[in-house]
Amino acid sequence: MAEALLTLADIVVRHGQTTVLDVPRLEIFHGETLAIIGPNGAGKSTLLRVMGLLQPPRGGAIHFRGERANGPNTLVMRRRMASVLQEPLLLNASVYANAALGLKIRRLDRAEIRRRVLPWLERLGIAHLAERRARTLSGGELQRTSLARALALDPELLLLDEPFSSLDPSTRESLLADLRDILRQTAVTAVFVTHDRHEAFMLGTRIGVLSGGKLLQLGAGAEVFTRPVDEKVAEIVGAEAGIRGVVEACRGGFTLIRFEGGAAEAIGDFSPGTPVVLCLRPEDIRLSRESGACETTCNRLAVTVVKIIPSTPHYRLILDSRAGPLSALVPRAAFESLGVREGDALSASFDTAALHVITPAKR
Amino acid sequence: MDLIWNGIATAFTLVFGGDAEVWAITWLSLKISGFATIISLLLGMPLGILLAMSRFPGRALAVALVNTGMGLPPVVVGLFVSIFLWRSGPLGFLDLIYTPAAIVIAQVVIALPIVAGLTLTSFQTLNPNLGLQLAGIGASKAQTLWLLCKEARLPLLAAVMAGFGGIISEVGASMMVGGNIRGQTRVLTTATVLETARGNFDLAIALSLILLALSFAINFILTHIQQRQLTRWPKPS
Repeated sequence: MAEALLTLADIVVRHGQTTVLDVPRLEIFHGETLAIIGPNGAGKSTLLRVMGLLQPPRGGAIHFRGERANGPNTLVMRRRMASVLQEPLLLNASVYANAALGLKIRRLDRAEIRRRVLPWLERLGIAHLAERRARTLSGGELQRTSLARALALDPELLLLDEPFSSLDPSTRESLLADLRDILRQTAVTAVFVTHDRHEAFMLGTRIGVLSGGKLLQLGAGAEVFTRPVDEKVAEIVGAEAGIRGVVEACRGGFTLIRFEGGAAEAIGDFSPGTPVVLCLRPEDIRLSRESGACETTCNRLAVTVVKIIPSTPHYRLILDSRAGPLSALVPRAAFESLGVREGDALSASFDTAALHVITPAKR
Repeated sequence: MDLIWNGIATAFTLVFGGDAEVWAITWLSLKISGFATIISLLLGMPLGILLAMSRFPGRALAVALVNTGMGLPPVVVGLFVSIFLWRSGPLGFLDLIYTPAAIVIAQVVIALPIVAGLTLTSFQTLNPNLGLQLAGIGASKAQTLWLLCKEARLPLLAAVMAGFGGIISEVGASMMVGGNIRGQTRVLTTATVLETARGNFDLAIALSLILLALSFAINFILTHIQQRQLTRWPKPS
């Protein structure tokens, strides 16, 4: 891998007696977008503040381009980054004045500020609002101004803390798409913190899963989403862990898992006799009315529909099986052709590649 | 009614005729109150900002004390400043009693809690994360503080006006610690009290009119600065 732009080592942050962040090592590489996903209270904002040199950690070291942040040099380093906090915190001034603020702070001359701010107002679709006062803007416009303010700085590292969490879905989608394009085109190194899987998957070239202040998993987006390391990560990334079973045999990289009411084949190496949990993304489950017991490995199990939750564009079905609870996302058309009702007995099947095996969390 | 009209007429003659004593009193009042306002701002604003932005044990008590101080009766301040500055008092060696400096001290004690208290509330109306966001786009500590002050300028200017108002209108403390000595510590308010007691209503009216005009002029300037860039309230449709 390339040289890291930012390196965190042995970072510990405590609030009173509680450890809110404990990250032994994290590297941010040039040009990547690292999305950090985690539930509320996971320590995401704290992590971002530590990275942005806005909150000194209790212990540990932060290196920016190989140089250790140590107090006197933090302002200089901070001026090579830009942080966008959750709420669009703008001053009571015009959109232009707000977008230009970071450059004004750096004492650039007026013409230079103008040359750097205007293209971003244009790019983010708020050029026509330049003279409007920030107080009169909508949520989306405020957040666009806040992004323009950060991007105009041409930062070496862009830190974004759930900037879209307060926006309505359509505004959020359009802003998310714009941000994705901007991040790809400018190749700015960015860290994006969110509790939303969709946002993380859409923006992140790498994804980190944070919970209880600890980085549980870090890897490429597809890998984290389909191969969570444990039940906690599975829950956070939405790969639902439900079916409990035991490894029966393992050969050639394939593992045969026996569970109550069936068996399945999955990719992975586990020693026979190991208790395991099977993770399946709800969208990877196919439901049918086929019945009949499964003698061999057929990646199928009998389920009962417990609850139907209508949603767009899928229906979410809460299922129960003898091996454990499951949930499935069924497209509207498939749902209607199946004619599912609560209490129905169905057959759920899935591909070997869609199945991910983890060892159960110690309780 | 004649009394009032005659008074106003005399007042105009005194003011525009350039009565030396009236102008000397006015100038002294302006100097003392201006000086006291500046000192109370220099001390009160940092105190208010500190109380707004920091968390320490006893903070609630400190805030309660400041809020109580906002309504401090000037005569009580006058009494205690007199005791402290009295020749045999703890600060008697400074030899300040019955001097303009004594009035400045008393007026600072009166205005300081007003400025500090209103600065505190001004800063508390700001989003607590604003400072962090400003730092996040590269502001130094001093720049952050300056931008926060600018953002809170409307209520902060109200703090300045209230502080100045408390000082210029105050009479009890000035009388007690200044002694209303002609040519030395006689200011507009104390002179008005004296002339009223003597029955010189025309002079008293003249002095009050000057006081009002001064107060209005300064508040007009501050209001103009404050309201310069006001966001229009949307009209209900």
